[in-house]
Amino acid sequence: MNAVPLSWYLILSAVLFSLGVAGFLVRRNIITVFMSIELMLNAVNLSFVTFSYQFKQADGHIFTFFVMVVAAAEAAVGLAIILALVRTRRTLEVDEVNLLKF
Amino acid sequence: MDFITLSVVKAVILAAVLMTTLAYLQWVERKVIAHIQLRMGPSRVGPHGLLQPLADVIKLLTKEDLIPPHVNRFLYILAPFLAVTLALMSFAVVPFGPEIEIFGVRTPVQLTDLNIGLLFLLAISSVSVYGVALAGWASNSKYSLLGGLRSSAQMISYELPMAVALASALLLSNTLSLREIVDTQQGYYLGVIPKWNIFRLPFPQILSFVVFLICAFAETNRLPFDLPEAENELVAGFHTEYSSMKFAAFFMAEYANMITGCALATILFLGGWHPLWPAEWGAHLVPAAVFFLAGAIAFYHGAHPARPRDRRTLPIVAVVFWMLAVLFLLPEVRAALAPLFWFAAKTGLLLFCFIWVRGTLPRFRYDQLMRFTWKFLFPVAMANLMATGLVVALFPDVS
Amino acid sequence: MDAILFFVFAVIAVACAANLVVQTHPIAGALSLIGVMGSLAVLYLLLGGEFIAAVQVIVYAGAIMVLFVFVIMLLNAGAERPVGRSVVARYLGVPVLVIFLGLLSYVIQSMLPASEAVRFGGFDGGAPAEVGRLLFTRYLLPFEVTSVLILVAILGAVVLGRKEL
Repeated sequence: MNAVPLSWYLILSAVLFSLGVAGFLVRRNIITVFMSIELMLNAVNLSFVTFSYQFKQADGHIFTFFVMVVAAAEAAVGLAIILALVRTRRTLEVDEVNLLKF
Repeated sequence: MDFITLSVVKAVILAAVLMTTLAYLQWVERKVIAHIQLRMGPSRVGPHGLLQPLADVIKLLTKEDLIPPHVNRFLYILAPFLAVTLALMSFAVVPFGPEIEIFGVRTPVQLTDLNIGLLFLLAISSVSVYGVALAGWASNSKYSLLGGLRSSAQMISYELPMAVALASALLLSNTLSLREIVDTQQGYYLGVIPKWNIFRLPFPQILSFVVFLICAFAETNRLPFDLPEAENELVAGFHTEYSSMKFAAFFMAEYANMITGCALATILFLGGWHPLWPAEWGAHLVPAAVFFLAGAIAFYHGAHPARPRDRRTLPIVAVVFWMLAVLFLLPEVRAALAPLFWFAAKTGLLLFCFIWVRGTLPRFRYDQLMRFTWKFLFPVAMANLMATGLVVALFPDVS
Repeated sequence: MDAILFFVFAVIAVACAANLVVQTHPIAGALSLIGVMGSLAVLYLLLGGEFIAAVQVIVYAGAIMVLFVFVIMLLNAGAERPVGRSVVARYLGVPVLVIFLGLLSYVIQSMLPASEAVRFGGFDGGAPAEVGRLLFTRYLLPFEVTSVLILVAILGAVVLGRKEL
C-alpha cells in the first residue's frame, strides 16, 4: 500500500464536483452559491491535472491555469454584481431576486 | 546522518535562533525609536534593558487570556495562530548561507531548497492576509472590522507591485530556487562592483528593489502604511480585542514577516551572503574589523560613562565584541561564519531601515495609500519589468 | 507515504466541501473553500504540478478567496434564514446524494482501464520552466486572449462597482 491508483483522484474530483452542485442547489445565499461554482471549477481542475499525469504532458496544467484566470475574472465581475445587487435590492437571498420571473 | 534527523536538528536550531531574534528585534526597535525621539528606551530590566524581552514574554504569558462575549470563538482563536504559523513557515525555504561542514556533515544553511522557493514565499505571503482579516471579523467590534477590511484591501493591492518587482529580478536570475538566485549573483564587475541584481547588467534593478521595499512595508502593516492598526483612529485595529499570548502572536507574526521581507530583499537584490567586495581587497577581514570597532566604541563609552553603571557594563560588552573579532580571525571559523555574517549584516541593515522609517515618517491617509500603489507604484514596477524584459531579450549574453 | 498523503488531504477536501454545503454562514463557507483549495494544492504537488500548486494557492486562496472574504465582511453578510423545505428533500436528500456519489465512484472505477498508480515524482513536466515553455509557444494565442478577458473583467467590475448604476 504505497501508492493510490489514478482513478481515485478522478473519483475525488467527481465527489467534489457533485458537492459543488449540491451546494449550488441547496444554498440560497448568493455568495455561497457563487462559492459552490468555484468549488466545481476546482474539482474540474483536479481532473485536468490528473489527466496531465496520466498522459505525461503539461497541457492539463495549462488548462488549469486558464481556468484560474477565468475564475479570477468571474470573481471580480460576479462580486461587483453582488455589490450592485445589495445596493439596489438590500438582500443576499437568491430567492428574493425574482423580478424577471413574471 | 539521514535526511529526517538532519532536518529536525536544523529546524530546532532555526527555531531557537529565530525566537531570540524576534524577541531582541523588539528590544532593538524600542531602543532605536527611543534614541530617535531623545528618550532612553527600556533601561530597567538588566543592563541597558537587555532582559526586557524576557520580562515581556513573562508578562504576556501570565496576563489573563480574555475572550470577549459576542466573538466568533473558533475564528477568534484560530486567527492569531494562523498569522504566526504562516509567518514562521516562510523561513523553511530561506537560505542563510552556502554549504558548510560541521562535525563532518556537509549541509546547506537552509531547511529545504525548493525549486519553486520564491513562489512558495509568495503563496505564504498572499495567504497570510487571512490571519489579520479573520481577526478583524471574528472580534465583532467596529474598530477590529475596519482594521481587518483595511488590511485585506491594502495587502491585496501591494501584493501586485511586489510580485511584478520580483519578476523583473527573476528575469536576470532565470530560476525560482532561492539558493540558485544567490549563486547567480556571485562575482564582480571589473574586480570590484559586485554582481548583485541591484547592480546587475544588462539592467540594474534599483527601481524594483525600492518598489519591493515599499511593498514590504505595506505587507507587514508597518508605518507609514500601518492603517490597519492606526492607534489614533482605530484604537489598535484588528487586534483591539486580543490580549495575552494571542496579542503576542500578532506581534510575533509582524516581526517575523519583517525579517522574511528583509531576508528576501537581501537574497533577491543584495546578493545574499556574497561580500560587498572581493576577498583580495580584504573582504574576509571585514567581520573582525566591524566587531573590533564596535568593541572600541563600547570601551570608549565605558571609559567616559554617561551613567555610573556604564563604567561596569560597557567594558564587558567591549570584551565580548573583541572576543568575537578574534574568533572571526581564525581561518576555520571565518570560512563557516563569514557568509552568515554578511547575510545577517545586510538583513540587519534593512531591518534598521524599517525601524528608522517608523521613527521618521508620519502615517498616510487611506485614499493616499491606495492611490500611491495603483497610480504610481504599479505603473513604475510594470515599466521596469517591460524595460528589463526588452533589455534582457536584446542583450542576452551580457551579465 | 503517497497513499497516506492522498488520503489525509482527500478527506480534508471532502470534509471542507461538505461543510461548504452544510454551513449557513457565508464566512464559514469561504473558510471551508479555502481548506479545499489548500488540500487540492497538495494533491497537485503529488501529481507533479509544482507550478500549478503554487498558482493555486497564490491566485485562488490568496486573491480570489480574499476578495470573497472581503465582500462578505464589507456587506456584513449574516447567516441564511431557515425556511421550510419539502419533507422529502430533508429526509431523502443526503441518502440520495450518498448513493449517487457511490454509483459515480463505481462507474468511474469500472470504466477506466486498469490505471497506473500515482507516484510522487512520476511526472516532472509541471515545473515552472516546462509550463512556461508551453504557455509561450503552443498556447500563446489563448494566453494573450486571456489578457483581453481580464481587461474586460476589470472594466466590468469598475462599471458595476460605481455608486449610481
